[in-house]
Amino acid sequence: MMDQGIIVKVSGPLVVADKMKNARMYDVVRVSEQRLVGEIIEIHGDLASIQVYEETGGIGPGEPVYLTGQPLSVELGPGLIESIYDGIQRPLDVIQKKVGDFLLRGVDAPGLSREKKWPFKPLKKPGDKVMSGDIIGEVPETELVMHRIMIPPGVQGEIVSIEEGEFTVEEPVCQVKDAEGNTRDISMMQRWPVRIPRPYVKKLAPLEPLITGQRVVDTFFPVAKGGTACVPGPFGSGKTVIQHQLAKWSDADIIIYVGCGERGNEMTDVLMEFPELLDPRSGKPLMKRTVLIANTSNMPVAAREASVYTGITLGEYFRDMGFKVALMADSTSRWAEAMREISGRLEEMPGEEGYPAYLGTRIAEFYERSGRVICAGSDGREGSLTTIGAVSPPGGDLSDPVVQATLRVVKVFWSLEDKLAYQRHFPAISWLNSYSLYTENLDDYFRNEVHEDFAALRQKAIRLLQQEAELSEIVKLVGIDALSPSDRLILETSRSLREDFLHQNAFHEIDTYCSLEKCYRLLKLILTLHDKSEQLLHEGIPFKEIQAMKVRETIARARYVDEHELDKMDEIHREIEEESQKFIDEGE
Amino acid sequence: MLKEYQTIREISGPLVLVEEVEGAKYEELVQVQLPSMETRTGRVLEVDHDKALIQLFEGTTGVDIHKSKVRFLGRGIQLGVSPDILGRVFDGLGRPIDDGPEILPDKKLDINGSPINPYARDYPEEFIQTGISAIDGLNTLVRGQKLPIFSASGLPHNRLAAQIARQAKVLGEGEKFAVVFAAMGITFEEANYFVEEFRKTGAIDRAILFLNLASDPALERVATPRMALTAAEYLAFDLEMHVLIILTDMTNYCEALREISAARKEIPGRRGYPGYLYTDLSTIYERAGKIKGKKGSITQIPVLTMPEDDKTHPIPDLTGYITEGQIILSRVLHKKNISPPIDVLPSLSRLKDKGIGVGKTREDHADTFNQLFAAYARGKEAQELAVILGEAALTELDKLYFDFADTFERRYVSQGEYEDRSIEETLDLGWELLKVFPEAELKRIRPEWLEKYLPRFKKDREEEEAA
Repeated sequence: MMDQGIIVKVSGPLVVADKMKNARMYDVVRVSEQRLVGEIIEIHGDLASIQVYEETGGIGPGEPVYLTGQPLSVELGPGLIESIYDGIQRPLDVIQKKVGDFLLRGVDAPGLSREKKWPFKPLKKPGDKVMSGDIIGEVPETELVMHRIMIPPGVQGEIVSIEEGEFTVEEPVCQVKDAEGNTRDISMMQRWPVRIPRPYVKKLAPLEPLITGQRVVDTFFPVAKGGTACVPGPFGSGKTVIQHQLAKWSDADIIIYVGCGERGNEMTDVLMEFPELLDPRSGKPLMKRTVLIANTSNMPVAAREASVYTGITLGEYFRDMGFKVALMADSTSRWAEAMREISGRLEEMPGEEGYPAYLGTRIAEFYERSGRVICAGSDGREGSLTTIGAVSPPGGDLSDPVVQATLRVVKVFWSLEDKLAYQRHFPAISWLNSYSLYTENLDDYFRNEVHEDFAALRQKAIRLLQQEAELSEIVKLVGIDALSPSDRLILETSRSLREDFLHQNAFHEIDTYCSLEKCYRLLKLILTLHDKSEQLLHEGIPFKEIQAMKVRETIARARYVDEHELDKMDEIHREIEEESQKFIDEGE
Repeated sequence: MLKEYQTIREISGPLVLVEEVEGAKYEELVQVQLPSMETRTGRVLEVDHDKALIQLFEGTTGVDIHKSKVRFLGRGIQLGVSPDILGRVFDGLGRPIDDGPEILPDKKLDINGSPINPYARDYPEEFIQTGISAIDGLNTLVRGQKLPIFSASGLPHNRLAAQIARQAKVLGEGEKFAVVFAAMGITFEEANYFVEEFRKTGAIDRAILFLNLASDPALERVATPRMALTAAEYLAFDLEMHVLIILTDMTNYCEALREISAARKEIPGRRGYPGYLYTDLSTIYERAGKIKGKKGSITQIPVLTMPEDDKTHPIPDLTGYITEGQIILSRVLHKKNISPPIDVLPSLSRLKDKGIGVGKTREDHADTFNQLFAAYARGKEAQELAVILGEAALTELDKLYFDFADTFERRYVSQGEYEDRSIEETLDLGWELLKVFPEAELKRIRPEWLEKYLPRFKKDREEEEAA
């Protein structure tokens, strides 16, 4: 006989039930005969407050609440990749087959298919000693992902038997005998409560950049593998396009994309596009490394609150296998708003803007679950989880509590500006306000892997752009003619930096992805031309003529050079040389 | 026989608290019978033990504690639908007000609907030609999109919405098309304008109107858009029609929501609007879209007036975060007599990229619209600069941009209320305006399109000049 309580109050997504003696915080319950999923979030004596992950219309006092005694957990195992889940890991494709095109209540479907058989190949043999986190075998989940089956946390001992073959996720593939002589079946699936971080051995400082193929990100404000970043911006400034671009082109092994309280059509876009897009490194469809979590804005608000935890737990699981995982959460503001709504219904004392007082703590805890770690297990493998959260502050106002709480924890800040978006400068990441605290950690990498003077070029470009901002103020007051030729050259080069380098067209087949090598070469071209022009000015060539150099137009089109034809950039260098030599020759 | 309760304990604003209730459900529909035998409808906002908190749509005037009777109907608010609802006019709660016969419903639908499974959605990508250059060329609307008009008091948003409803079509198709119109708290004159427009063009036969006017009960407005959307979903997904739904004015809707929230003494969010305004609005806006394997579609044009012309006000702000772009009207342009006064720079259609190009509009569309935008933005900048420094301080090139911005507003953005431009005309007009620039300035256009299209228009200009 299952433990059960009785509903006494219903107010939106919040249900209060009486006779809940055995209730534990954050345990999952089933509400009413429709068995709606809910979670206990407050206990007063025998009264328990429950946030319900489905619409509560038609529910009333007197109906039963069933306790499950389990915290909200996700199922981890083969079958996650290419799935699309709602906020509490119900597979949306399976639900559609079950109940049709609209989401109805009380539908149950396990996160991992119970029928599908996966080919399991053992990597250990009987007699091997194993501890939790050790990889005992692998399953080719997709063309891109070799799923590693690990000993679940809390288990260790000696392998008694291990079998190769086709298994479902519930069937045992291995038996482990612990020190007390108890044997335990190990299947390919584990469960983990979403609100608890998965264990690892040790956290390490992030030293490698997450290469995203976006010039402004990779060159100016890079994020490290295992790092954290946030993208705040008003609506229409392109947050979602940036998140999509990162999900598409980042050099991570696994992408977890959480659509948290956002538009349904955006998820459809990802679903339709990712299977067609090819990963530039492996040539395989991007969907083969992606897990989607879609809790759109019109889906129940409490499940939205859970969706980011579901996402990050999946991320940690793949990190534990030794993968480099990147998680995109779009948008964390909707998550915070879900917290606020539930908090309001609980009649908690509000903090800023009605958000609960624990907002900052929850946000910090969430981002802190990312990192580069030595994974659990005896082989000391490394894995990383990078978290990139979009924030949607009201009116684009960065004093919003969610933005402020986020900025306190994340290391990279990509500030989106609507002014840039109106000029159709995309990605609309402000080069003046954004920052990355990883640049110093990563500069060694850039120096060794790309080029010795990579960091120097970046600094120079940023300095030029800062000078441009100051000079534009002067121009606004006294007109451009009042500037010295060398100042005008700074404006000209900065314009080129903005239009030909920072601006990147996500919808152009070549421009959408830019390798580090190409970034470097483009930047080098623009700055070489700047140096040359400075020299020419020095020689007494009028600014107008330098400004009219033909090679400027060639540089403007250089970003459309195919990745395989980067040698063409060398030709442009020669062009710069020749054209400036011509000036000097004519001068003499 | 339903149980009648005479146990009203409190009446405050639009809210009624009933005690000693058995089996009341959250969101349940309620009828209150006044001593005058008049009945009012309401819904349950909260049930706590035996107490039910009810919100009355038509207000609480005349409700008393001792004699009024409350009945719980055991179901949510529903709309009866059948193919006969086309061409009819209803009030904000879905009761016919056009002297026509009662609707004999084929089925009754809960007006809250259910969210579309994101997995079942089909991506909107069919170009809708509205015949308005500023929309077709620069902020392209596609089938299944939700594209609001951000307006302000005194601007002609209704004329624009009516023009879209009148002219919208998908090229080369003769499919079933319907308009659903939901009025929330607008004046009789405004509503009448739409009714007359629909009547004049014969569109009324394929339209459904839900009218909650300024004089009608304010709280009814909370139900009106959901009535309209339920009708739209029925037309789109049961009768396979392409539905365009106009919701005007969403600002009034939000204010009704705020009124209820204030009456419940909830902790307010920004500007007194409830913290769940985003979630609530999304349950309206997200009901637009297309479903895989179904023929119909729902395209939404919500209209809202921005208080104090402020785009960061919670209503336009939260709307912008949910909808797929926005068309912003500008008072400055309106004063310049540019009609429709669409401010193209902050306007945006997020779904345009998939709806334009080869086979949809024309191959050069994406590049030319980028170029037009960039040129207009730069022209606006030049105009600002000229205000401070005088026109003489502009460089030759900046002067070109300066003039371009003006011509662009007069010829491209501005057009007649009954002028229906084809997409070809709109795109050609773009080239026509861009040809004043030297080719090197047209950086955002691929060389192949420059080669293919520009000579045609350049030649025209040379001929003009020769003549």
